[in-house]
Amino acid sequence: MAKTIGVLAVQGAFIEHIHALRQLGVNTFEIRQKSDLEKNSPDGIILPGGESTVMGKLLHELDLFIPLKDRIASGMPIFGTCAGVILLAKEIDNDPTTYFSAMDIAVERNAYGRQLGSFQAYEEFSDLGKVPMTFIRAPKITKVFGDTEILSTVNNDIVAARQNNMLATTFHPELSDNPVIHKYFLDTFL
Amino acid sequence: MNNRYELNKNLAQMLKGGVIMDVTTPEQAKIAEEAGACAVMALERIPADIRAVGGVSRMSDPKMIRGIQEAVSIPVMAKVRIGHFVEAQVLEALEIDYIDESEVLSPADDMHHINKRKFSVPFVCGAKDLGEALRRVNEGASMIRTKGEPGTGDVVQAVRHIRLINKQIRMIQNMREDELFVAAKDMQVPYSLIEFVHENGKLPVVNFAAGGVATPADASLMMQLGAEGVFVGSGIFKSGNPEKRAQAIVKAVTNFNDAKLLAELSEDLGDAMVGINEAEIELLMAERGI
Repeated sequence: MAKTIGVLAVQGAFIEHIHALRQLGVNTFEIRQKSDLEKNSPDGIILPGGESTVMGKLLHELDLFIPLKDRIASGMPIFGTCAGVILLAKEIDNDPTTYFSAMDIAVERNAYGRQLGSFQAYEEFSDLGKVPMTFIRAPKITKVFGDTEILSTVNNDIVAARQNNMLATTFHPELSDNPVIHKYFLDTFL
Repeated sequence: MNNRYELNKNLAQMLKGGVIMDVTTPEQAKIAEEAGACAVMALERIPADIRAVGGVSRMSDPKMIRGIQEAVSIPVMAKVRIGHFVEAQVLEALEIDYIDESEVLSPADDMHHINKRKFSVPFVCGAKDLGEALRRVNEGASMIRTKGEPGTGDVVQAVRHIRLINKQIRMIQNMREDELFVAAKDMQVPYSLIEFVHENGKLPVVNFAAGGVATPADASLMMQLGAEGVFVGSGIFKSGNPEKRAQAIVKAVTNFNDAKLLAELSEDLGDAMVGINEAEIELLMAERGI
């Protein structure tokens, strides 16, 4: 049976994730409020790119924070991209606020500077070979601890990591035409 | 290997589903960020005051823009006059995240827009119809917004513009291929952009609503009409309770289809900005730069 993935859709580039998942024949739904999680039973959840401050605030105000945190803690597969990585991180170097605080990584927000620092790369990812990567005002994973495993680096900066049920990429695989990282998430975590 | 134009369109994608708020001080920028703005537009005077004061309005003082850049971590945008490519060079030197080539300021050139392809930083431009939108994209804009009528608190023009743009998109989409050439000629835009709209049924860049949005219901109206996010200018800091109104508009954009939530959000917001009716204004900013 086709798997179902919920994509957090309070702000940001969520439709791009939905398009990538549809290419892979996966059922999707948007998570805009608590009832969306109750009506659907996802096999996994994606935390997309956007502004982490906006998403963090709306998660609390729309009563999504606790239900999502519980699902992450119970081992549901979670894939965070860019701002989604900030939501997952246990430590944020340049911000006292943390969100789900679930993954043993430290991140630095806007680590490459403003929009002029945004860039594209084509680098090795785990055993998938080279994949296209787009970084938009991206964070950096400055440290991994616990049993977090590094999956990819660009110029010695960690850009992808995994731990238990969680996958984190500071780049945007949803902006690429080829949903190779989404396939990796589905194949490896679900 | 960096394709700046792609990266600039990508940043606009990250702003989708969000609210971009006009701010004039670092304090307002903090309020906007804390209320959930996905970006702020730094400007010396909000459109309602530009309208009231009259005279020539220009790019803001770089010091003021820098103050706002230091105050918040979300993207910071700022406006330049239509055609004033040197103001744009100045903002690029400040490493602004987005430049708005805006009809809200006094136009510097009554013929030419800025050649935005020459810049590394992204541009957003206003449009009233599909032809205008595609002409701006052809000049290098990586994001479009409706012009609406800034500083009025009257949403009628923004509604007119988003409806017209989307109607024309549907029209192009339904044309026979051999009709696209004349459509390109009539709209004064390159064939390749008309072809993109025909094949994809949307603009090649993200499209936000702007100009006259003052309430959560206004914001939701624009989203239901197909906008991908909303700019709110004077509507917030000209209202009775800016913080509460800003938060309500942010939530209204996220859950624009939930009328029950909109009802809650619309309660007790204090006074909306007073507003000026379309028929009462002498200066139609939307007519600047077509």
